[in-house]
Amino acid sequence: MDTKLTQPAKKFNWFSLFWEGVTHMSILGKTLWIVVIIKLMVMFGILKPFFFPDFLNSKCQNDKDKAAYVIEQLIDRTNHTP
Amino acid sequence: MEILNASLVNWSRAQFAMTAAYHWLFVPLTLGLGVMMAIMETNYVRTGDEKWRKTAKFWQTIFGINFAIGVATGIILEFQFGTNWSNYSWFVGDIFGAPLAIEAIVAFFLEATFISIMFFGWNRVSKKAHLTATWLTILGATLSAYWILVANAWMQYPVGMNFNPDTVRNEMTDFWAVALSPVAVNKFFHAVLSGWGLGASFVVGVGSWYLLKKRHVDFALKSIKMGAAFGFISFILLAVTGDGSAYQVAQKQPMKLASMEGLYKGKTGAGMVAFGILNPNKQAYNDSIDPYYFKIELPKLLSLLGYRDINAFVPGINDIVDGGYTLPDGEKALSFDEKKEHGQLAIQALANYRKAKQEGRDADAAEYKNTLQENYAYFGYGYLKTGQDSIPHVPLTFYSFHLMVIIGFYFILMFAIVWYFGHKKKMESAKWLQYIALWSIPLAYLAGQLGWIVAEVGRQPWTIQDVLPVQAAVSGLSTGNVITTFILFATLFTLLLVAEVTIMVKQIKKGPEI
Repeated sequence: MDTKLTQPAKKFNWFSLFWEGVTHMSILGKTLWIVVIIKLMVMFGILKPFFFPDFLNSKCQNDKDKAAYVIEQLIDRTNHTP
Repeated sequence: MEILNASLVNWSRAQFAMTAAYHWLFVPLTLGLGVMMAIMETNYVRTGDEKWRKTAKFWQTIFGINFAIGVATGIILEFQFGTNWSNYSWFVGDIFGAPLAIEAIVAFFLEATFISIMFFGWNRVSKKAHLTATWLTILGATLSAYWILVANAWMQYPVGMNFNPDTVRNEMTDFWAVALSPVAVNKFFHAVLSGWGLGASFVVGVGSWYLLKKRHVDFALKSIKMGAAFGFISFILLAVTGDGSAYQVAQKQPMKLASMEGLYKGKTGAGMVAFGILNPNKQAYNDSIDPYYFKIELPKLLSLLGYRDINAFVPGINDIVDGGYTLPDGEKALSFDEKKEHGQLAIQALANYRKAKQEGRDADAAEYKNTLQENYAYFGYGYLKTGQDSIPHVPLTFYSFHLMVIIGFYFILMFAIVWYFGHKKKMESAKWLQYIALWSIPLAYLAGQLGWIVAEVGRQPWTIQDVLPVQAAVSGLSTGNVITTFILFATLFTLLLVAEVTIMVKQIKKGPEI
């Protein structure tokens, strides 16, 4: 009696998609990922904390203080507009 | 109290402009190339022709390079809202925050989720599933663009909000007025189509390079023919949405339109300048110097574009400053001085309201709040000194607008010719046309940048039209800090751009696997 062997259909799996994709990545893919990672590290690790702190957070403790600060700026800028 | 100086304002503006300009080098190619590679993959799924699969895969690789280098460059702009434009950030409140939040959560995750299937799933999911992922990736990118442009459109035409003097924030009262603002909708189509046009010029240009090198000829001809048709349609539609933009600008930002056209004295049945050279000696709107050395005008076209009436009155810069002309709704236009008076009343009312609240004088506070709300529409004019302050840089706006339009019409012609040559099977031998197509790629990038210069320089001095000028919006940082970060950003973005061009050129030289 002939038996027909059939392969069961492979179920879609996010993890294996990513794992196989990452582990079989081309040199180009790896290069681009390195660029992305370095870029994000520079942006969030260096630029944001050291050069782009939130200005109002550095001046004010809470939302009420921020509103008070901004209103003072809005009123005062009419006298000191360059 | 921080001492504000013009240098701080200008460096802050320059920094934002520079980072936005760099960001806009990457985004249009994502939008345009994304659609084209999706169409190519659709051809593959429909026909089963492996050549279309390999064509789509090649352009997908180029898409991936551009996407990887460009991703998150927009976040730099958000950094600056918090650091360099803190008054503006606080003042706009949730109006700005909501579209940006939606952009991040919905659009980005849609893009990020399906891009992984697009790149990793070629042999792991069915053809149709992969094609769906490709289209959903580009849909995600396009949706991102929509919400960012909703935010920008609100700066040009602030609607759907109410100013709360207690929180000193604009609060959204009508989400749909903001989300479906006619300025936002038109801006979205115009910006996305500019990306499609750029993508098409890129494909046609790179395809032409392969023809010049006599490499991958079949792939190149397929890409060029498709790119030319896509580009032609995109630029035709760009002209239509450009018309829509002019209409919106005429209604909502008449000073921008007047600057775009170098129109100082308004006219009934105003013509549109097809070509002109401005007189650099004209320094002030109210001097008697002729604004033009020379111009060629298309009669009545500006009235038609701006007001859908060839005999409509189009106000010039002088009219807008002096006021007194009749608006489309029949009302008399206020002069700059009248608007300034309203603005000063509003700002003074805000100051009085704050004092009254601090002193517990609730009845007085309610009266001041009324005065503030009655005059709020011209709040920003209270910061300006003279009519000249309300006028953007006319030469930059004028030349950017006209050069952008010329490039747009050039591309309509170029794509028509390329498509014709492709159709007649003459493209392979037309070396002159291959060179033109290749060297046209930078023009598409230039047109995109010029469009943003018109939009953003043309709205000066406003961060929010009529409500908040740049000098009130900027953070009181030291100019030295801003110069330092300007240099840092210029360095970072230049490195990214060099990386992109290097990697992309290497991949293009390698060619498709056909």
